Parts: sequence; C-alpha cells; structure tokens
Amino acid sequence: MTNIPETGRTPRVQIRLVIIQILVVSLLLTLGGRLWYLQVRNGSEYAEEASGNHVQQVVQPAVRGSILDARGVPIADNQTRLVVSASRTDLMKMKDDGKGVLNKLAAVLNMTPKDVADKVRLCDSKTPQPCWNGSPYQPIPITDEATPKQALQIRERSEDFPGITAEPTAVRRYGAPGKSNTAQVLGYLSPVTDDEINKAKDSDSPYLRSDQVGRSGLERTYDKQLRGKAGVTRYEVDNLGRVIGKADSDQARPGSNVVTSIDARVQAVSEYWLNDAMKKARDEFDKNTGENYKADAGAVVVMENKTGRIVSMASNPSYDPNAWVGGISGKDYTKLTGKKSNYPLLNRAIQGQAAPGSIFKVIPTTAAVNAGYEFNGRYPCPSSYSIGGQVFKNFESQGHGSITLGQALEVSCDTVFYKLSHDQWAKDGGNKPKKDAKDWFYKTAHQFGLGKETGIDLPNEVTGRVPDRQWKKDYWKANKDAWCKQGKKSGGDYAARIAYENCLEGMKMRAGDSVNYSIGQGDTLVTPIQMATIYSAIANGGTMYNPTVGKAIISADGKHIQEIAPKSHGKLPMDAALRKDIDGALADVATKGTAAWRFGGWPQDKIPMHAKTGTAEVYGKQTTSWFATYTKDYSIVMTISQGGTGSGASGPAVRKIYDAIYGLDDDGKQDLKKALLPEPQKTLPKIQPDGSIDAPKVKPYKPEKPKPPTEQTELAGPPANGRRD
Amino acid sequence: MAGTGGFSVSGYGPERSTLSRLFARDSILRRLDWVILLCALALSVIGSALVYSATRNRTELVGDDPYAFLFKHVLNIGIGLALMAGTIWLGHRTLRTAVPILYGISVFLVLLVLTPLGATINGAHAWLVVAGFSLQPAEFCKITIILGMAMLLAARVDAGDKEHPDHRTVVQSLGLAAVPIAIVLLMPDLGSVMVIVMIVLGVLLASGASNRWIFGLLGTGVLGGLAVWQLGVLDDYQIARFAAFANPALDPAGVGYNTNQARIAIGSGGLTGTGLTKGSQTTGQFVPEQQTDFVFTVAGEELGFVGAGAILLLLGVVLWRACRIARETTELYGTVVAAGIIAWFAFQAFENVGMTLGIMPVAGLPLPFVSYGGSSMFAVWVAVGLLQSIKVERPLSA
Repeated sequence: MTNIPETGRTPRVQIRLVIIQILVVSLLLTLGGRLWYLQVRNGSEYAEEASGNHVQQVVQPAVRGSILDARGVPIADNQTRLVVSASRTDLMKMKDDGKGVLNKLAAVLNMTPKDVADKVRLCDSKTPQPCWNGSPYQPIPITDEATPKQALQIRERSEDFPGITAEPTAVRRYGAPGKSNTAQVLGYLSPVTDDEINKAKDSDSPYLRSDQVGRSGLERTYDKQLRGKAGVTRYEVDNLGRVIGKADSDQARPGSNVVTSIDARVQAVSEYWLNDAMKKARDEFDKNTGENYKADAGAVVVMENKTGRIVSMASNPSYDPNAWVGGISGKDYTKLTGKKSNYPLLNRAIQGQAAPGSIFKVIPTTAAVNAGYEFNGRYPCPSSYSIGGQVFKNFESQGHGSITLGQALEVSCDTVFYKLSHDQWAKDGGNKPKKDAKDWFYKTAHQFGLGKETGIDLPNEVTGRVPDRQWKKDYWKANKDAWCKQGKKSGGDYAARIAYENCLEGMKMRAGDSVNYSIGQGDTLVTPIQMATIYSAIANGGTMYNPTVGKAIISADGKHIQEIAPKSHGKLPMDAALRKDIDGALADVATKGTAAWRFGGWPQDKIPMHAKTGTAEVYGKQTTSWFATYTKDYSIVMTISQGGTGSGASGPAVRKIYDAIYGLDDDGKQDLKKALLPEPQKTLPKIQPDGSIDAPKVKPYKPEKPKPPTEQTELAGPPANGRRD
Repeated sequence: MAGTGGFSVSGYGPERSTLSRLFARDSILRRLDWVILLCALALSVIGSALVYSATRNRTELVGDDPYAFLFKHVLNIGIGLALMAGTIWLGHRTLRTAVPILYGISVFLVLLVLTPLGATINGAHAWLVVAGFSLQPAEFCKITIILGMAMLLAARVDAGDKEHPDHRTVVQSLGLAAVPIAIVLLMPDLGSVMVIVMIVLGVLLASGASNRWIFGLLGTGVLGGLAVWQLGVLDDYQIARFAAFANPALDPAGVGYNTNQARIAIGSGGLTGTGLTKGSQTTGQFVPEQQTDFVFTVAGEELGFVGAGAILLLLGVVLWRACRIARETTELYGTVVAAGIIAWFAFQAFENVGMTLGIMPVAGLPLPFVSYGGSSMFAVWVAVGLLQSIKVERPLSA
C-alpha cells in the first residue's frame, strides 16, 4: 500500500483541493461568527423582542369615575348601552371600502346611508363634522342607541356585517338630576387623538386607543383622576394569535369620583330662574332701542363665601351634554357651534366678559379711600359732570345733592365717581402722566384680581380687562393701522370719527376714559366669576378665594379621600373699617337703595342681604344687566346680556334663588324644611367599598305658582322715586 | 487503473465467517471513516429532536400524535442509512458504470415534475407526489450530476491519457449538468439550481480543468444572475424574499416576516438556549417551515449558541474529513466525486444557516442531515455512502 498516488492529482488539483478546504472552513467560520453576534452579543435584545412577539395585550378600559354633587347625587356617571361600531381597518379591506356593509347597516339601524358614512370618515382639515377624530385603528361607534333587536340582527348575521360589532358598553350619562343641566360646568368627552397618544406616551398616564378624553369643563380639569387606569391582560399567543398561556396582568383600576360643591337642586333652581329672567326680559320694551330686550345670553354663579366653592353655575343658552356621548351627530354639532344658537358651549360664567357697570363701584370706592378720601366725607352728586364741553350724565340724569361714598353706592351715583376719578387723573398728570403716577383707580382694580383669571378649576377661563395706561398703549399699537385707515376727520359717521380720534391719540389715557372707567364702563371687562369672587371676599372679611367646583377626589371604593382645600389668591386692598363701611352700604342698597324694590319683605334681620345693581351700556347693543349680592354664606352674581337694568332683569331671579336656598316664601317667611341649603354642605358623601354612593333622591324643581299679577305688582313694583339700576 | 487492485477487501478465504471478515484487520468496517459517520449520525439525532420540538404541537400537521413527524423522520434516517450501506456495498466505481442509466432516470424524474404529476409546495414547483409519497427529484440530480461529471472529467486522466481534462471534456460535462439545471430552473426551484451550480464549480475545480473555465463560469454565473433578475425569470415571491433579506425591517408583517422571526428566534436563544421544547418562538410557531428549511432556528432558540454551534462544528468535521478523503484517494474520479459532495454540503449548509441568520437570501433548501424531508435525507446519506466508498477504495465489482 502506498499513499503516493500514481495518477490523478497533479499539483494543480492539490492546490485547488486546499482552496476548497479553505473556502469551506471560512464559510463555516462566517456562520459561527454571525451566530455568536446574534446570540451572545445581541441575545438579550432579541430575547426582549421575542417576548413582545408572543405576548398579546388585551386592554380592559377602566370605568370612568362619576362626577357627584355636594351630597353625592351623580351629575355625570356611566350607563350600559348597546353600541354598534365599525372597524375601519376591516371595511377598507373590502372591494367597495365597506360601502355595501354600511348601507345594509344603515337599513338595520333606521339611519340614512349618508349619516352612517359620515360617522366613519376620518376628520381632517377639509372634512367637516361629523367625522371620526380618534384613531383609525379603533372601532368607530356608529350609534349607542341600538335596540336589543337591532343588536341581535347584526350579531346573528355576522357574515353579512363583517367588521361591525354590537356590544354592551359603558357610556357616559349626564343624568340631569332634578332637571339640573350643568352642561358647561361638566364639559364633555371625545375620543383621544393620535397626537395626544404620542404626547402622553411616556407620561405616567398614557392613553389607550379607545380612550375618551375630557375636552371641557370638569371632565377636562379632572380627566386624569376620572380616567383611572386600564387593565391589561397579557396572553401568550402563537403566530395565529391562539392563546397558549397567560402572563403577568394588571388589574383595571376604575377612575376616582369627583365630588363637587355643586348642589344639583340649587343648580336646577339657578338655571330655571336665569332662563325665566331672560324670557321675561324679552317681553320688556327697551325705550333706548325701541324694541324688546334681546336677552341673548346670561349667567349666574352661586358661591360659598368662606371657601370660594361654587354651589351652582349656570350659563344660558345651554345644551344637552348627552349629545356628545357616542360621537356627536353633524346636526347637533352645527347646532352647538353655530352663531344662530349663540354658542351654548361657552360657559358664560367664566368665559363671558362684559363691562360691569355699577357693580364695579366697590372698586373705585376702595380706590378713593386708599387715595386718601374720607368714606363718610361729603361728595357732590349732581345730575351731570362735564369736562371741557363733554357732558357725562348721571344715570337717568338724577341728582342727589351732597352724599357720602356709602350713599353713592346705595343710590349708585355716577357723578361722585366721575369727579374723584377725574381729579386723580389730573393729579397723575392728565394727558402727560407723571413718572410716578399713582393710578389709584387702576391699581385697585388689579388688586381686586381683575384683568386676570380667578384660577377656577375649569378650563379656558378668560381674564377680563382693566383698561389702564399700559393696556391703552398696547391696544393702540395693535389697532392704530386699522383706525388710521378707517378714520375720517369730519363728514364720516360716528365710528369713523372715533377711529380718527383713536388714530391720533388712542395711546393716551384721556380724561373721558378715566371718567367712564370709574363706573365700570368704557373698555372695562369682567367675568361673572370675577365679580362673585370679589363680592364673596367682601362678605368673608377680605379673602379672595380661587373659586372651585371640585371639592374632593374619592377613590372608586371610597377608601381614599383627597379633599381639595380652598386656596386664596390674595386679600382685598381694604382695611377692616372700610370693609365694614362698604358692607353696610351694600346692605343699604338692598334695604333702601337701588335693589330695595326687589327685596320687599326680605327678613333682613335674620338673613342680612347685601346687593349692588349694575346696568352697563354697550356701544351698539342693549344694556347689560348685572346683579351682585351676598349673604353671610353665599354670594350670587347674575348677568344678562342685552337684558335691561340690573335690578329690573336679574333682581327677581336672584331673589328666587335665595328663596329656594333659605326656604323663604314671597313674604319672607322661612320654612327650613323647604330650604335647600340654608348652610353650605360641609360633609362629603359616603362611597361604599362596592362603589355605590349614598345619595339622596332629587325631585325635579317645580317653582311655586306665581301669585295673581295684581298682588305681585303691588309687592314688587318699582319705587316711586329712586333709580332702577 | 493501476495500483487500485491491492486495496480491495482481502481474504475471501472459506475459513472465515462473514462476521469475522467484517471485523478483520483490513475489513470495510475497519477502514470506514467513522468520524464522518458518527458526526452525520449525531447531526441526524439532533435533527430528530429539533423536528420533534418544532412539530409536536402543530396539530394541523401531526393531528393527535405529537410524535408523527419524529417517527417519519427517524424512519427516513433509517432508510438513509440503508441507502448508505447499499452505496458502500456497490461502491463508487460500480456506480460509475451505471451513470448513464442513473442520469437518465434522474432527468426523467425532474421532467416529470413539469408534468401534471408535479406539485407545488411552498411556492416551489419541485415535487412529485406519487401514491401519497412526495419526492424531490432535484435531490437525486445532485448525485447523478456529480457522478456523471466526474465520470466524464476523470476518464481520460485516470486512463493516463491526459494530465487535465481537455476543453471538449469540460464542454461535455457542462452540457451534462446544463440539462437538469435548465429543467430545475423551469420549475422553478432556485435553491436547488444554486446548489447544483456550486456543485458544478466544485467538480470543475477539483478536476483540474483550466482556470479559464473556472473564471469563465464564475463570470457567466454573475452575468446570468443579473440576466435572470432583469428578465423577470424569477417569480415575485423570490424577488420579495431577496428584498427582505436585504432589509427585513422593510415589511415585518409581510415578506420580511420569515427572516425577522427567524432572527428573533435564534437571537433570543442566547448562550445556552431555552431548553428543548421550551422556546416561545418555536412553541408559538412564529417561524414558518420550522421543521424543514428553518430547522436551525429551533436549535438557535432552544439549544442556544452551544447547541447551534455544535451543529456547525459537526458539519465542519464532516466537511473536513471529506476534504481529506478527496485529497487522499488515488483516482481523480474519487477526488472529483468527493469535491462535488463537499461543494454540495458546504454551500447548502451555508445557504440554509445563512438565511436563518440573515446573511443570505431566503431559498427553500434543507439543512443536510438535520432538516425533515425524505428526499434530502436519502440523498445526503447516499453521498455519505459515496464518501465512504471512496475512502475504502471499493473496487469495481462484477
């Protein structure tokens, strides 16, 4: 035997065999290297990916917490309804993009095919409502009012309705207890958008695709607390999604309940009488414009003086918040956002701003005293006041002789404040202001919290406006181009002449501005909530509280209670003596001043009433009615746009609300059994571990039948002399 | 063939029993390459375990019997071993004389695939289904092409006429390979075509054919590949597979799914793996074709770097020993056959494992010895038989 080949392999073949061997080894080394790289170097990464691969998450949305009134009556809770939804992803897979299925569905649901198609289209800048602004991967609700019969039809013929589901689902319910509507305070929900999901991804409360998000009102402010935490069940699945095991799961944590300071009964009363006052105003003839009052909008706030808590807050026009549940229809959306309906989504108590008129006068009174004037000094109250040929009339051109500041409040004398403000303006340098101008009247308004938000726990509160020197400058800068273009020296109409004047010296604080401002006219703007905060501060000794609607957050099982403590944003700029003086003057307003004719028979000795009326003039519109009042425990501020005078339009309604709170009849007799809330609600409602709430039943508010008109006129007729501000 | 006669099995004496002859000093059994045999057997055993793990819960394949695939796989190994024994018994030299018949049969079988008897499985029209058995004739073509080309190329060299095969012989041998390649390309079974082309290259290289042929062939291969790409001979699914190999993130739910899931399975195995039948990727059936083409992913996930590395090592040992056999045999014929088998095993293993690791495009090829599949199992064991026959220098019988 020999190993030396006799034939066959030449050196060429030998070399090539070695080459083959080297190639083979290098191929295997390549594989080995790559294997090491994947398994040892990056193994943990892939292990993570593998676990993500075979674990499927099933999300159980958390039940949204309820919004309760002060006694536990739910004003927003959940109800089980049959919801029919369509999966866009499934529909888009069909040849006709699911049109056939949707048309069939429309027939079953007694809807038009267009209504159904509109509900499932996606919102974009060109698509008007109704459209779906949630995630396109999420089932889109078509109706939440399916009957069991319709749901059965869809389920039993599931092969005819691919991508369509009909399931019982917990949906929001705004139950309107006792006919209280509370729409703007509650707010509403709508589906979460992709943008929001991305933004909240890494926060401690990320959104689910199926989440509904509070868009306004309490639903928005307390969204995080109400939402709770969705449960996640993790299943191990195979490639076809078949479950082969169960992994770690998180239990759903239902959202907490928000207890508010709202009393559903007082809320219903406030809404009823606000609406009633507006209806009555529309029957009143306005001699200035020669037509009936329009009374196009109004608001009323009932606030606890010692805490700033809101007992009721009504805004008119209003709407049914249930319109948002399950996706709003196109018709409803147009109605809610159109000019014709006068924007019922606005909460006019915090988003409506108007010149305050005479209810503003507590501010110039304080300013004057702080500037050095005696409260009980004597100040002339002529029927008019003129500056360089320009005449500023007292309201209804009445004169009252020489009076104190308290009396000026009582009879709401404008000319007293005209002079004080004008004098201060002149002292500060007039048209050429000094560097160290005191600006008492403006400074005081800022100290009262005007020109900025009160900090109420509701979104999108507006600031109002204090038309001080800085504002005048800024405003002129922003508008001078338009004014100068529009303005005409002579020959033009009133607006053109004003524009011309503004173009030339709109940046200046003129004498007329300071005079108008002193009685809450001109460019001054306030919100009802700001005035309620101020008047309740006068009532409580001077503390301006941030108004709150939310009173406590209570976990779903009632175990964890987190109270929302009252917070203050400052003290009124007045000492105790001045507060007492103003307090007395405001009581006089109710007993013998401008509001007295509305408080006939009021038990002033038992429940001291304080009031201030206001009738603000608005260029080109009818007057705004303002009525600010307080007792020991409550302040009520009402306003009606284009509604007439303060006491005339708002007076009776405010009194009716007090009557209901204290249980008074028209003659001022108190029946505590009928009193809804003679003292502010202090205790929190009890929530049982099973989530049920001990809440009293609320009967719908039924106003007592008005007495025969003759008797009423006698009682409530306007005073023979004295003004009806 | 001078010098070969002395290597035949010695001692035909009547005084020796068959058994003792088998274990005699110069007996076949003693001279077999046991290392190759044991490594190949080890690969088959590991493969059986992997096939079991991958199929035990695939009720749509195995019905109620989780061992159904394991049983068939072991049966295939048994048949493969018998075929190996038969091949050794006949010897590569005897088979050389039968090449025309074997070649004819294999070409006939691949042609049958193109008739209505052929069946499409996993996008490849590469199967013959006869009486419930499915057969992949291309696997047998690999063997007959190796034998046929080796016969042609080595004939005159082994006869001592030439130092190297001349151009005419090379052309003849290429023509012999071209016919089945064309048919397999028509199926189309791109994976098998790639392997056969590699076999042709390996065979030519070992035969000592002129460098011009080697480089010429490589050049045509590249140009041909480009032409195939451009002319649209490939089906969409094949192009898609290629694109996914280049970038699996492109479409993780669609084309990139296989490669992505395969990579996740292997990567998640880490150093020691999850343990047999414990892999979530395998249990969850995220990797398709896991008992056949993607069997290596089971090893990667459940046996980890240690187990998957062991498979590569065993394949390496088989190939290393095969290279030694190719170098040490006396005839060019044996050398060329061995080289063909090396090219086959090496490329097929590289392509198969490479695609699961994401460094090669996806092509439907089984991993030698490990993957489930009868035709492939039979073919690789016949090839082992040929290697053994070359090692023991089986003489021309009868």
